[in-house]
Formats: sequence, C-alpha cells, structure tokens
Amino acid sequence: MNNKDEYIFECEGISKAFGGTQALSDVQLHVKKGEVLALLGENGAGKSTLMKAVIGLHQPDTGTMTFDGKPYSAKGPVDAMKAGISMIHQELNPEPYLTIAESIFLNREDMRGIILDKKKQNKRAQEILDQFDFPYPATTLMGKLTLAQMQMVEIIKAVSCDARMVIMDEPTSSLDSEETNHLFKTIRDLKARGVAIIYISHRMEEIFEICDSVAVFRDGTYVGARSMDGVTRDELISMMVGRQVKNVFPKVDCEIGETVFKVEGLTGEGFEDISFEVHKGEILGLTGLVGSGRSETMRAIFGLDKLTSGKMYLEGQEITIKNPKDAIKKGICMVNEDRKNYGLCLFRSIRENISLPNLPAKQKGLLLNQKREKRECAEVAKKLTVKAASIEHNAFSLSGGNQQKVVIAKWIMANPKVLILDEPTRGVDVGAKSEIHSLMCEFAAKGMAIIMISSELPEIMGMSDRLLIYHEGKLNGEVSRQEILSGAATQEVILTKEFGQK
Amino acid sequence: MAVKTEKKVLGMERETFRQLMGKYGVSLIMVVMIIAIAIYNPRFLSGTNLINVITQVSINGMLAFGMCLCITIGGIDLTVGAQLALVGVIMGQVITNSGMPVIVGVLVGVGMATLFGFINGFFIAKFNMFPFVVTLSMQLVIRGAAQVISGGRAITFDATVKNMYYGKFLGIPYPILALIVVFILMYIMFHWMKLGRYILAVGGNANAAVASGVNEMKIRIICHTLSGLLAGIAGVIMAAKTGTGQSNIGVSYETDAVAAAVIGGTSFAGGIATMPGVMIGILIVGFIYNGINMIGIDANWQSIIRGLVIIATVMLDMAINGKNRK
Repeated sequence: MNNKDEYIFECEGISKAFGGTQALSDVQLHVKKGEVLALLGENGAGKSTLMKAVIGLHQPDTGTMTFDGKPYSAKGPVDAMKAGISMIHQELNPEPYLTIAESIFLNREDMRGIILDKKKQNKRAQEILDQFDFPYPATTLMGKLTLAQMQMVEIIKAVSCDARMVIMDEPTSSLDSEETNHLFKTIRDLKARGVAIIYISHRMEEIFEICDSVAVFRDGTYVGARSMDGVTRDELISMMVGRQVKNVFPKVDCEIGETVFKVEGLTGEGFEDISFEVHKGEILGLTGLVGSGRSETMRAIFGLDKLTSGKMYLEGQEITIKNPKDAIKKGICMVNEDRKNYGLCLFRSIRENISLPNLPAKQKGLLLNQKREKRECAEVAKKLTVKAASIEHNAFSLSGGNQQKVVIAKWIMANPKVLILDEPTRGVDVGAKSEIHSLMCEFAAKGMAIIMISSELPEIMGMSDRLLIYHEGKLNGEVSRQEILSGAATQEVILTKEFGQK
Repeated sequence: MAVKTEKKVLGMERETFRQLMGKYGVSLIMVVMIIAIAIYNPRFLSGTNLINVITQVSINGMLAFGMCLCITIGGIDLTVGAQLALVGVIMGQVITNSGMPVIVGVLVGVGMATLFGFINGFFIAKFNMFPFVVTLSMQLVIRGAAQVISGGRAITFDATVKNMYYGKFLGIPYPILALIVVFILMYIMFHWMKLGRYILAVGGNANAAVASGVNEMKIRIICHTLSGLLAGIAGVIMAAKTGTGQSNIGVSYETDAVAAAVIGGTSFAGGIATMPGVMIGILIVGFIYNGINMIGIDANWQSIIRGLVIIATVMLDMAINGKNRK
C-alpha cells in the first residue's frame, strides 16, 4: 500500500498576483514521500511565494493542492502544521526567554486542568531531543542557543508535530560547514522516517549533496523538474535563465571620463575586501544573489553602516564618511532599496520630501527661501515626470513608481558626483521602470558616476557599462558591456559566477 | 501609472480637500464651540471674559508648544508639570530669600528648566530610551529637587513678581503678549526654518531622515531642550500668577498640554503637526474650562466633561481628516 514513489504533496495550476505583478502563474509541484526536493530559481522566481502559499501565508488565486491524497488548503501556518506541513524560515524569530521545551510545545502545552504540566512537558521534550542527540537539556533558554541550534529546535518541533513535509528556506545561509554537516545528517534522519523535505537554497554544491530531485522556477513559472542523478550544473543554470528575455533597455552609451570614485579593500558586516572604481558618465552594475553583500557595501559607503577597514577616494582625494550627512556633503548620494523605511516620510508632502537633504542650500539667512524651494521642487518633479496633481500632496497618495521618482528627485536636486541606486526599479510598474532607466542614462550623460544594484539580470545587463559580480561577500568577476553585447557574457555566465564559480 | 483617480469633494480633489481640512478643520470645530457656548451664555463673548480666558491659557500654551515638539518626534514630555514647581521655588530662593533682582531669579529658574529639558533629550537620544520612561522618572527627580530647594515650604513673592502676570501693556496682560511672541517664534522656527523640517522628518521617518543627512540625535535633544525652556517660561508666569513658589504646584499640567497639542492636530504617530493648530488646541482647552463655568455645570462634573470633549474633538477631527491623524 505504501508505495515508496507515492506523492505526498502535489499542487497544480497555482497562480498568485500581487497588485499588477503576477508572482506565480500556473505553477505545479510534486513531492514524493521521503525525498529531498530542491527548489531552484533566481531571486524573485517565485519559490518563496509558492512556499508561503503552501503554508497558508498567501492564498493562491487559482489552483489545487493535495496532501497525503486528500485535497489540502491552509489558512495559515497553524493550519498547515495541523495538516502536517511545517516551514523552517530563513529568519528565525525565537522567544529568547522560553525554554526549549516551552518553545517546542508552544500553543499545545501539556495541561493538567488549567495548570501547565511542566514536568510532563519537559520529559516529553527531552525524549525528542535525545532522539536527535541534541546537546542541551530541554530546560535551556532559547536565547542561549546558537542560530544553528535554534534551527535544530525548529526542526525538532516540526517533527514533534508529526510533520510529514518540512520546508526549509535557505537553512544553511547562516551556518558554518560543521553545522551544515550536522543539518544534513538530520535531514537524512528525517528522510529515513519518511518525511518529505522541500529545500530552498542558492548553493549548488549543497543541492547536489543532499537533494534527490530538483524543481526549477523562473519569473513565476514552473520550468521543470529533474532527478539529481545525471543532471549537470550547467543544465540547471540554463533552466533557471531560460531563453534570452527580450527586454529592451534604453541604454545610451555616453563618454566615460576619468575616475570619480574609487574604493580599496572595503570590509564590513557582510562583505570583504571590495575594490572597484567608477568613472564619470559610467553606469557600474553590481549583481549577486540577495545577501551576497552588494547592498551592505553600498550602505557602508553611504555611512549608514560601519566599515571595519578599507579606503575610499573621491576625485583622487582620500575621504572618510561617518554618516550619510558626510556622504551627501561630499556628493555621494544613495537611493535605498528599502523605500518605505529609508526613502520617504510618507505623511509629508512631495515638496518636503524632495527638499529634505537639500535644505542647507535653500537658506536665506536663518530662514528657508520657500518660494525658491517650491519652484525648484516643482521643476525637478516635473522633469522626473512625478505624476501628482500638486507637489503639496502627501507622498503617501502616490503609486510605488511615483514614490520612487520622488526619492530619485531628492538626490538629483543634490546634484551628486556619485549616485548609488539600490534596486531602483523594485516594486515599480513597467512604464515608470523604463522612465527611471532613461533618467539614469541622462544623468550619466551629464557626467554623474552611477552605481546600480539590481537582482534582475536582464535589467542590470541591459543598463551597465561594467558589471561586478558578488558571491558571498566578495567580488567574483567583472564583465564589460562589450562582452555582454558580443554575447560572450550571457546570463548563464553571470549566474554561474553568482553561484560562486570563477 | 496615473494618480489614483479620486472622488471630488466640494469640487476639490480629495487630497487637496484633505490637506485643506488638515489646516483648517480644527478652527471650524473651535468656531462651532464658541457659537454653542455663546448661545448658552452670551457673556462668554465679552471682551473681559475672552481676555481672561487667554490669560489663563498662557501657562498651558507654553507647555503645549513644547509638548507638540516632543510628540512630533514620536515622544512625550511628562516633566512639564514638575518643571513649573521647580522654577517657582528657584525664583523664591533667589528673589525672596536671597534678595537678588527679579531678572536673576527668572534667568536661573528658566535656565534650570532648560537644563533639565536637555538632560531628558540627552537620555532619550543618546541611550535610545523611551521618552515616556525617561520623562516619567525625571519628573520625580525634578519635583524632588523642588522639594529639596524649598524645604517643602511655600515661598511668597512681592508685587514686582506678581506684576508679571497681572500687569498690562497697552491694555493687554503680559502673559498674552508672551504667548503671542512665543507663538510667532515657534511658527517661524517650525514652518520657515530648516529645523522645523528636520523635526517633522525625524518624527515622520527617522531612518529616512538620517539617510537624508539629518542628525537625529541633535534634533531629539533640541526638541526636549526647547520643551524645557518653554516649561521654564510657563513656570515664571505660574509663579507670578500664584504669588508663591512651592513644590507641589503644577501637578497633572502635562495632561492639558498633551490635550492641546493633540486637539491641534499633533499626531502621536509622529511627523505631523502645525503650530497654528496647536494654538487653536490651546484656545479650545481654555474654552472647555471656561465654557463649563459659563454653562453652569456642577464643578464635580468638570473633569469628566473635559475628558469626553477632548476625545470628541479628536474624533471629529479624525473623521474630517481621514488618514492624516492617528
């Protein structure tokens, strides 16, 4: 009866749209009992969205799911857990003051009447911990554990809820190699118990080591599944990339002048020994997987985070930047990837948002020259085609694309020498996206040096004069526009470097 | 993508209407209130009564402007009541007990209140502590300091000090003049200067403000220091009004200051406030007190009615204003 090849989980025709963006379209997935299935795809390919749909954090617009032969749907993680599906998130949110036992039995405590039966609960927890050779007693506080151990507790918790399918989202992203080995041992244990595992990771080596099969996603669609036996790395990468996406980018080649900004051996939290230079009129692209250190480097350059070592030179002069105020004064500005938190005061007017970093230049004695402020803000908003009835309206009332234009407007008004744009077109509709691309070319033509980060390969390849590729906090290669145009540097080549091959 | 198509209100675009009401909505409420009280008792609108009301609100007015700054950056200043007591007893020691000139007493008193405001701001900004906790504790320290300084006794002032409250210039009582001057200065600082924009930005989104080159710590310290300074000035008016410096006055004065700021459109979510709004909030609080007397409501009911009227005002304003307020 229990045929080993029986599918424990299947879904068909799953679609999900957020606003105008189709995050998943007609996606399927088939998971066998006791197998480790890898989910592979670029950033934003739809892996996480699908998994969130499975555990009920998102409700799919269309499609059906079956679990253990029965129709399945979940209103939330608790529902999913009851049915037998647990997810180990990439970011763990443990309660540091709960004991391991309390954490494992959270929301299903052992009771004697209305009183907690701690003794029984601790005993039961200890039994499960012992099965996994967990080195701490069940009464240890969660706060005392390392990240790897907390993760292990999460896995143990899943098993103790009789999970028959466990989803792991980048479980090794913060583990060292020994911890990773231990995790793999646990995964093999789970497999032996017949638990199916969906394993999301960007690390090819791990996928080859631990997974039985792989399902590949691209741009919210399901590309296909393969058995890990006999599949090659190149084959997987070409599945992820697909055919050449026919995106047209309005990149205008402009004259590239002398070096404006140069960094040497920059090191900080999440990046190490980064050196590069950017020239007048140049758009320098930075790409790499999420968390590979691109944004972290730029945040540190702009003074939002600390540098532990390294030197920076602006127009040949060595500079130090302690905070964003220093950076702005010196002519280095940054459009942050996190627009809501670092970009705008949503409940203030468009005008106030645009002029915020530029107020010192708009003083007349002690007071602000408000007439000039109004005029200049209106001009720059018009130039950037911010679509609003008045610049006195709140930023809150604008669409995502127009909010982004307001953020860019405030830095354009500052007239920087170096403009850093971190994911400038994220969450922006297609029309505004191409307008932002055109503006970038216009600024470059005026002699600004532009550093652009994007997770979207076609975009960054279409816009960059030069492309630096990050892998796990370090630079792992450089590609020129000529190489991209001549077809020598394809998406496959770049993605391979993002995954760590030289 | 085009601007979200919105319904028109009174022939204006909704967003424009919302911002207009954000500016003038509270004034409308005040006018309605004035008319209502005047219908009950026409004497409410007499010149003597109005001057009386405004003189009385001058103390709360000073406190409310400072409170508005602290609320705008996402905090609060609970020390203002205790500051009143501190300034009074310092003035008592310096002027009455040591026989020094009035101006010295005033400067020392206001100076100490400003210093305590700075200390509040320093703890909040430097150590990232909750403003509620810091000012709740500092309030005890400040009132305690007032008790130590006065030895628990009331110190009386002579006519020169009292004249600062009861004296008049061109027929206008000094406290009203002080309130007008402070209002004008606050208006200029908040709406015409860089500093005001920075305060609004730090309150609206501190991360974005820092990423736009604003020194967040400095702004937080400035707001609390200004609140201390204004509480100091209020303390001087209070001392002149009561004619004594004593450590147990000014209890729960922060309530009315918060009420005036909030009625005046200051959002507890931070980043939204206007000085004319706060000025109207101050007047509304004054009219509530005065109106209760004018209508002849039993004094025992005053507190309940004050509380309910404040909630009703803010709710009415929220209904007009929509998302602008929290």
